[in-house]
Amino acid sequence: MARAGARLGQEKIVGKPVLRKEGVAKVCGMAQYIDDLTLPGMLYGATVRSSIARGRILGIEFGEGIPWDEFVIVTATDIPGENEIALINHDWPCLAAEFVNHPEEPILLLAHPDRHLLAKAVAAVRVRYEEWPAVFSIEESERRDAVVWGEDNVFKTFLMEKGDVDAVWSQADRIVEGEYATGAQEHLYIENNGAIAAYSADEGLTVWGSLQCPFYVHKSLVKMTGLPEEKVRIVQVETGGAFGGKEDYPSMIGGHAALLAMKSGMPVKVVYDRAEDMAATTKRHPSRVRHRTALTRDGKLLGAELEIALDGGAYSTLSSTVLSRATIHAGGPYYWPNIRVRSKAFATNYPPHGAFRGFGAPQSLFAIERHMDHIAEALGIAPDELRRRNLLKPGQTTTTGQVIQEDIDLDHLMGRALAESDYHAKRERFARENAGAGMKKKGIGLAAFLHGSGFTGSGERYLNSLAAMDVTAEGKARVLVSSTEFGQGTNTILCQIAAETLGIDYDAVEMGPPDTNVVPNSGPTVASRTSMVVGKLVHSAAVGLKKTLMASGLLREGYSTGEFVTAARTYVAQHGTLRSESRYEAPPGVHWDDQQYRGEAYAAYAWAVYVAEVTVDLATFAVVVDDFVAVQEVGRVLNPVLAIGQIEGGVAQGIGWALYEKVVWDGGRMQNNQMTNYIIPTSQDIPRIRVFFEERPFGHGAYGAKGIGELPMDGPAPAILNAIAHATGKQFDSVPLLPEDMFRTMAVREPEREAVAL
Amino acid sequence: MSLQHYSLRVNGKLRELDAHPMARLLDVLRCELQLTGTKEGCGEGECGACSVLLNGELVNSCLVPVAQADGAEIETVEGLGSDRRLHAVQRAFLECGGAQCGMCTPGMLVASAHLLRRNLRPDLAAIREGLNGNLCRCTGYMRIFEAVERAVNSAGEDRG
Repeated sequence: MARAGARLGQEKIVGKPVLRKEGVAKVCGMAQYIDDLTLPGMLYGATVRSSIARGRILGIEFGEGIPWDEFVIVTATDIPGENEIALINHDWPCLAAEFVNHPEEPILLLAHPDRHLLAKAVAAVRVRYEEWPAVFSIEESERRDAVVWGEDNVFKTFLMEKGDVDAVWSQADRIVEGEYATGAQEHLYIENNGAIAAYSADEGLTVWGSLQCPFYVHKSLVKMTGLPEEKVRIVQVETGGAFGGKEDYPSMIGGHAALLAMKSGMPVKVVYDRAEDMAATTKRHPSRVRHRTALTRDGKLLGAELEIALDGGAYSTLSSTVLSRATIHAGGPYYWPNIRVRSKAFATNYPPHGAFRGFGAPQSLFAIERHMDHIAEALGIAPDELRRRNLLKPGQTTTTGQVIQEDIDLDHLMGRALAESDYHAKRERFARENAGAGMKKKGIGLAAFLHGSGFTGSGERYLNSLAAMDVTAEGKARVLVSSTEFGQGTNTILCQIAAETLGIDYDAVEMGPPDTNVVPNSGPTVASRTSMVVGKLVHSAAVGLKKTLMASGLLREGYSTGEFVTAARTYVAQHGTLRSESRYEAPPGVHWDDQQYRGEAYAAYAWAVYVAEVTVDLATFAVVVDDFVAVQEVGRVLNPVLAIGQIEGGVAQGIGWALYEKVVWDGGRMQNNQMTNYIIPTSQDIPRIRVFFEERPFGHGAYGAKGIGELPMDGPAPAILNAIAHATGKQFDSVPLLPEDMFRTMAVREPEREAVAL
Repeated sequence: MSLQHYSLRVNGKLRELDAHPMARLLDVLRCELQLTGTKEGCGEGECGACSVLLNGELVNSCLVPVAQADGAEIETVEGLGSDRRLHAVQRAFLECGGAQCGMCTPGMLVASAHLLRRNLRPDLAAIREGLNGNLCRCTGYMRIFEAVERAVNSAGEDRG
């Protein structure tokens, strides 16, 4: 039996590898995902999508041979409220009404009891268009080859400035410039997007879905249906992976299911197959980052001018916040006395790009970490030594002017990563061996980086999150949050925090259902905020619950779990409910200026140094990652097995982004929207990933936790490309880097290169 | 083509049903027999989320027409073990963090059990090869490898 009164650092449940709350259901095949659910009388829904990138809809025709009178048909005119996916701006329609702005844009919805007939019906709908010019790159959008959004194709612009950048160029011994690019990336959660909706005038609308943020969907559907808030209920069901891909899109697919259910009066399930999910839903923003850096000859960073451009796709969705995170992380974990970052998110005619683990930071950190290796080469300083001379220290300020209050020691973090990977010896040995005639060249490279925990700037204050705890009639403690589980471990760590705080067994705590009718809004499950921010709220709510029970006289110090359960059960029997709430309060000293982009961008940062070792085969241009060392400081590790799993999984996605995952576009449409043709790492492509944590508890996170989930996405791509440069002596500055990309640069002589590129 | 009658032995139980001959075994298991533990990830035999054993062989049930499974012995994740009596690989996945979102897990477990029946002591290379038809997007595979290694070393009686 766990006893009450554990102190920080002496926890009995926090920090332990307790089993995943929903783990038994998952390993037994009992966990119920959206496509596992069926309601009586349920219809299936499907989507008719745009076949062109941009234009005006002239007419819709329903082809021969389909019993159209059996179908429920929904167009934009059937939307009772606003035709909008409610996010930041108001530009993303739920169904295209008059204009389409990207291939696969939803235009019309069909529902029918027979799935097979439904597919034929979708194919039999003909949409006639007047095609308009479209733009398919940052450059085309920037040049305004066609103006496809607003007046200038620009979703959002930031200017972040520190010091006097214009004065540094004349003082510089060296100026190093570079341009870096990253491609789109598909989330490829193993479970496709899906939702089921049911509606009746009495009960209102209920949507069950595979989703991250129940209250985002709630907000969007209230707006779209025009129903009162209490008549819209969103329930998250077991969700098979998300990675950001189920942050915004569930409002779309949930909205579609809702429209069909409201029109038909029948429950409707809309579940995408893989091809539709890949073609139609959001991806990671492609990026282009330009660096110009002023340096002393001994490698001190004097100042920099950066220009970041993101391709946002056809609608603004979350691009402004992705751009914000890209901007703030662009300087990496280094001290910059002077820096200016100009950033823009551009509209193009691709399906909208959206949230994906890292949210802009992987793009700008790829650029700075490749750029640091270019600088090292230009100055003749070792890459680790150049970084060491510029790593942020406590008391120094970040690019937003935030004073580092945390007790960080990045020098030590890097030293550990270099030692664990045997970096120096290998760097020297590989360089010597690569001089030989062999076709296989080896390289080792590193990346140092940071990732802000939680919403940026004033974001957490605006969210104003609320978490609660109550007890069940059986006397079990229950965590009530809208923070969702989709593999990362939310259920487990929040129950650990609650159990630890209450001083009871982990098994005596359960999660409330992720249902907007039951749980308060603890904010979206994004931005590495669950452990640190929501965890802290659960901690406070648990403290309140315990106080109430103690004050009631039903519970005495030194209680056992059994005594707690009895007391809780008695309290509920006597008073009806036992509930405690906790609302977000910003840690002291957190100030943010949204206009100037100055101040405390994040309450805390996670810090890391990753080292990748690769072999490049000059005959096939295949790159194999042979070893991967990931050293990070994420505050207190709440559950070591889950935390290691987060890092390893993120590293694998980063390896995929760097070396395998290329979205092939044509006319704004994904051409390789199959798992056969869009390649993610298999069990034979991932090296041993060696994960190490430095634990420095953060005073304002739950039991010292900071954010962890996104961090591991940031480091692998630059570390791997730095290793490839070490192996080959060639500099590659864009990802993904596939063998054919290397072939074009390395195997083809200059005059032939253009021909190959065609 | 009209519906045909099929009988399959699924997780040791004889199941009779009428289905279109080209109906996917995956759909028959999930929709006709309510065995929703077997998942669909891609529908083209690439991800392995729908892996089941057909007469002891590991197959992607999205690529098998039910006509081909007539009279066959089928084993799904539900047949490996139950919440009351976990199979060694299920317990090991639970303990080692081999399951995150859980979507690849049923197929991954069936593939792992299949591997351990053919090879009592697979080394890491054999584990990597044995699971190379099953994609996982959450774990980066390390916890899964560790789970299979733990299952190898656990007591033999519940290895199925």
